[in-house]
Amino acid sequence: MAQNQVEILGRVPFDPSRPTLPLFIEGVAAGFPSPADDYIDRNLDLHEHLIEHPAATFFVRASGNSMVRAGIHDGDLLIVDRALEPRDGHVVIAAVHGELTVKRLRRSHGRLYLISDGNGFPPLAITEDMDLHVWGVCRYVIHGL
Amino acid sequence: MLALADCNSFYASCERVFDPRLRDRPVVVLSNNDGCVVTWSAEAKALGIAVGVPFFQIRDLVKRHGVIVRSSNYTLYGDLSARVMAVLGRFTPHLEVYSIDEAFLDLSGMQTDRLVDYGRTIRHTVLRWTGIPVSIGIGPTKTLAKVANHLAKNAPAAEGVWSLADPRDQTAMLSRLDVQDIWGIGARLAVRLERAGIMTALDLRDASPSHVRRLVGVVGQRTALELGGLPCIGLEEAPPPAKSIVRSRSFGRPVERREELEEAVATHATRAAEKLRLHRRVAGMLSVFVATSRFKEAPYANLATVPLDPPTDDTARLIHAALAALRPIFRPGFKYQKAGVMLVGLEPRAGLTESLFVQYDRDRSERLMAAVDSVNRRLGPDTLRYAAAGFAHPWHMRREHASPHYTTRWDELPTARSG
Repeated sequence: MAQNQVEILGRVPFDPSRPTLPLFIEGVAAGFPSPADDYIDRNLDLHEHLIEHPAATFFVRASGNSMVRAGIHDGDLLIVDRALEPRDGHVVIAAVHGELTVKRLRRSHGRLYLISDGNGFPPLAITEDMDLHVWGVCRYVIHGL
Repeated sequence: MLALADCNSFYASCERVFDPRLRDRPVVVLSNNDGCVVTWSAEAKALGIAVGVPFFQIRDLVKRHGVIVRSSNYTLYGDLSARVMAVLGRFTPHLEVYSIDEAFLDLSGMQTDRLVDYGRTIRHTVLRWTGIPVSIGIGPTKTLAKVANHLAKNAPAAEGVWSLADPRDQTAMLSRLDVQDIWGIGARLAVRLERAGIMTALDLRDASPSHVRRLVGVVGQRTALELGGLPCIGLEEAPPPAKSIVRSRSFGRPVERREELEEAVATHATRAAEKLRLHRRVAGMLSVFVATSRFKEAPYANLATVPLDPPTDDTARLIHAALAALRPIFRPGFKYQKAGVMLVGLEPRAGLTESLFVQYDRDRSERLMAAVDSVNRRLGPDTLRYAAAGFAHPWHMRREHASPHYTTRWDELPTARSG
């Protein structure tokens, strides 16, 4: 029978000066050292895992549901890396007519398009004279379950 | 060889990063309390708006030309500044952060003919990663790098990068630069030089060293040597630790009541204490100052200092000292415009010597402050605070045109629309 399995990767340190969160919390009686203490390799830092270029990474809030098929729901948190070169297929933050939008970048027949993954939004062909620039590349979406 | 990287219209550029509507539009950023213009974009400068001009004087211009107005958002500027400096740090083993929007990079060992390309790469990378445009000036000394930066900003052919690495380029450029525009030559020294017939940077460079020294002293002579390509001002990677911490703000409206002044002073003491602990220092003295508007008929300003024995970083003790210092200088009947707290006699916390004559539970205070700081870092500033600092703060400064704290508050992140 298929069962969801959980693998424990390691322990996250509690350091209030860094915005880290524990992945799990051990139920240890206060005052007793854990017998596993000697076996911990290293601590895990979610920042280190999700953020490749800290100086270029920004958090952006998604609004609307037109990118649901890309896994982006209304209110989700996007981790956006401006250091990455935008490529065909990337989900990007694009500034279109003075507004930040989240779209998928597509190259087709030598032209670039911004497309929404939802229905009802025609692809937007990118031309030289448009008030448009790619602001950053979305690396991760954080979605509460 | 050195490069000076200087952000273009830094505060206005920061506002543009998260609000693309501001692109190519005139933008002005106002001082604390929305009083004066502190910085502007090139488009606003072209409209004839000057830095330092009171905001009310340009209201018509703002309306007529659709100028975008922002209150200063130093939280945002500080965050973007740190990002710009981090990117610059990737391009050099030695970086001197000179101000919030300027840094010197050590480029020694690089081939002279590769420097402009390298500068372009730096400029391109900072713009991409952070959204902030920078100008890069390259030269063998700090003073020449500064001259080159001026050209990078203003010469149309520069496209943001200019090198004065080649001595042959230096002569022509220095002949066109007035002495008053040289970095390190203040207005006073410029007048003295001009009276002696030294009008341009080239004149200063080629004047006899003893003559320059008689005219403008060692500092001026150092500048002259730097213009000649001899490095006299080294890179300072770690600035000397601050000698004092000052927290002060102008009020959003005049303050007359003692209680409000006490709240303001206690708030400043709280902020100063936080900064003190961040730098792992303790203060040996605390001063409080208050001032009415200078433009009123009967201005009043005063300052009082109290010693802190033993030196401390404890918020409660600092508030207590601040209120004690305020008591003798508070005069009823004045409309106060500004109040502040200054901590001096700073020393490292580790080197603290115990005073034998004052009983003081240092360990308990340290643990309490660590807990307060940790809660406030996790749950937001002022989640835990001393009641003396008040709650409503009706005297708080005006920020009517403030942009969100895009990078430092979860509930103020930029929003991107899908669809």
